[in-house]
Amino acid sequence: MVRALESADLTIPGGDYVAIMGPSGSGKSTLLHLLGCLDRPTSGSYRLDGREVGALGEEDLAEVRGRRIGFVFQFFHLVPRLTAAANVELPMLLAGVRPAERRERVAAALASVGLSDRADHRPDQLSGGQRQRVAIARATVMKPAILLADEPTGNLDRASGQEIIELLERMNRDGLTLVVVTHDPEVGHRARRIVRLVDGRIAEDGAPS
Amino acid sequence: MGLYEQVRFAFCAVSGHRLRSLLTLLGFGIGVAAVVLLTALGEGARAYVTSEFMSLGSNLLIVLPGRIETSGAAPLIGGNTRDLTLADMESVRRQVPRARHLAPLSVGAAQAAFGDRRRQVTILGTTSEYLTLRHMTLTSGEFLPALDADREAQVAVIGETIRKELFGAENPLGRSMRVGEWRVRVIGVLEPKGMTLGMNMDEVVFVPVASAMRIFNQSSLFRILIEAAAHADIEDVRRDVLKTLATRHDGEEDVTILTQDSMLASFNRILGALTLSLAGIAAVSLSVAGIGIMNVMLVSVSERTSEIGLLKAIGAPPRAIQRVFLVEAILLSLAGGILGLAAGYLGAGVLGHAFPSLPARPPVWAVMAAIAVSFGAGVAFGVMPARRAARLDPVTALARH
Repeated sequence: MVRALESADLTIPGGDYVAIMGPSGSGKSTLLHLLGCLDRPTSGSYRLDGREVGALGEEDLAEVRGRRIGFVFQFFHLVPRLTAAANVELPMLLAGVRPAERRERVAAALASVGLSDRADHRPDQLSGGQRQRVAIARATVMKPAILLADEPTGNLDRASGQEIIELLERMNRDGLTLVVVTHDPEVGHRARRIVRLVDGRIAEDGAPS
Repeated sequence: MGLYEQVRFAFCAVSGHRLRSLLTLLGFGIGVAAVVLLTALGEGARAYVTSEFMSLGSNLLIVLPGRIETSGAAPLIGGNTRDLTLADMESVRRQVPRARHLAPLSVGAAQAAFGDRRRQVTILGTTSEYLTLRHMTLTSGEFLPALDADREAQVAVIGETIRKELFGAENPLGRSMRVGEWRVRVIGVLEPKGMTLGMNMDEVVFVPVASAMRIFNQSSLFRILIEAAAHADIEDVRRDVLKTLATRHDGEEDVTILTQDSMLASFNRILGALTLSLAGIAAVSLSVAGIGIMNVMLVSVSERTSEIGLLKAIGAPPRAIQRVFLVEAILLSLAGGILGLAAGYLGAGVLGHAFPSLPARPPVWAVMAAIAVSFGAGVAFGVMPARRAARLDPVTALARH
């Protein structure tokens, strides 16, 4: 068995802005998956909002992911056949939010990422930066406790990447806990705190130098 | 996710791959259409045969000379078959009161001629009661006179085709025509009835039974037709007739009695089996189509792995994922089923148009079964792909693009 993470003692206070950095294979993805409840720790514990979630069953874990965690991926992961609005609506569909409320919150989420006029566009009609903004709207529409962004600018040109980071930072300023995984030092150094992983261990944890 | 949203989501997914979904639908539709069409044919054949027998009259018994064994070993020493005579019939009339109508039947072929027009006809010798017994009506004139069965008379009642071919525009009533070596006066024309039990009643000439037996030099009747007073009496009448005739024939049961029910029952058995086997064949094509659905769903699951990963990441529990794919499979199979039903009905309609005598109408149970089977196939063939989707590990699923 390969141990992706050896020991990772990490506490992220609400509203924090953390960048997880490190070379590939250092365990940053595994850490992100643990934080996102996509994976369960083989040992140790993970408390989210003061609640132990490391040992929850599939169904409960799914609910935690749906309500407390927002994901933003390098490759956007929009459902290609659905419009921007429908993509943003998806987490609420799964959570069983009522239609009238869904419509309102979709509109608000799209407005917050500046894409109100693109609601009826399908992903292939949007630019990369716009797609990532739809993904951010989707990730935040459930008002999660924490937003996990996995190389959010990795697939974007500089200008769009810049816009995306600024958007995420604005949301962080409004109180959203933000965790960005990146190997781009320029992105990482904007965070309030950098966690540097090497060989599955936290080599460094502190404000950017 | 509510059912409506689920269906809408599945619909989006299905219509996203238009060609692939269409081909799957087509395959499944053909399967369902085959079920509908083949069972319609089987049912049509059954309905056809049933209506043929129904036209006999449901209280009818047919007595024929000779013992026809429908089961068991053939007797080694065959008893001499005695003639079935008019005297036999009269004795049945006396001793079996619940035999309401009796009519003898003798059959022969002869050439009929009027002027220089001639044609080969079937001669049926019977009595006046035949008309009532077979529920026949006349276009003009009257049927055979109510004479004693053994009295001859030089009169004839002709079928519609005979009238047309021999007399054309002339009124045949009262005219004299030749039947074989014999002259008869036409006293009636039958209303067209068409084929019943393989005999075209429009090409028949009826004469008094005694005359027919003399012309054809017959000692035995071809049949005795008996109408029981009520449907419930058939078995009793049958038994009594058999007993009466056995007494007259030295205690030997040397006649066979057919009833509409017994004939219908055996035909129904045969044709029911036919319908079932046709449905079975169709079911094979349906299950092949079902495997097609499973295949498409498996492809869909592996194609959409990253989408499944995403759904999991945004809070879909395994159950929801499973439902998404199950609903998709059911949507495909139901749409295919409806397509197939439409095609099946269309095909049955075309068949009915091409062969009007064969009422090819899909039975209600086949239609219900087709819909139920489409739904069931969607579930059955969708479950495996759906479970596969539900069990995907979100981390690996997300890693696929």
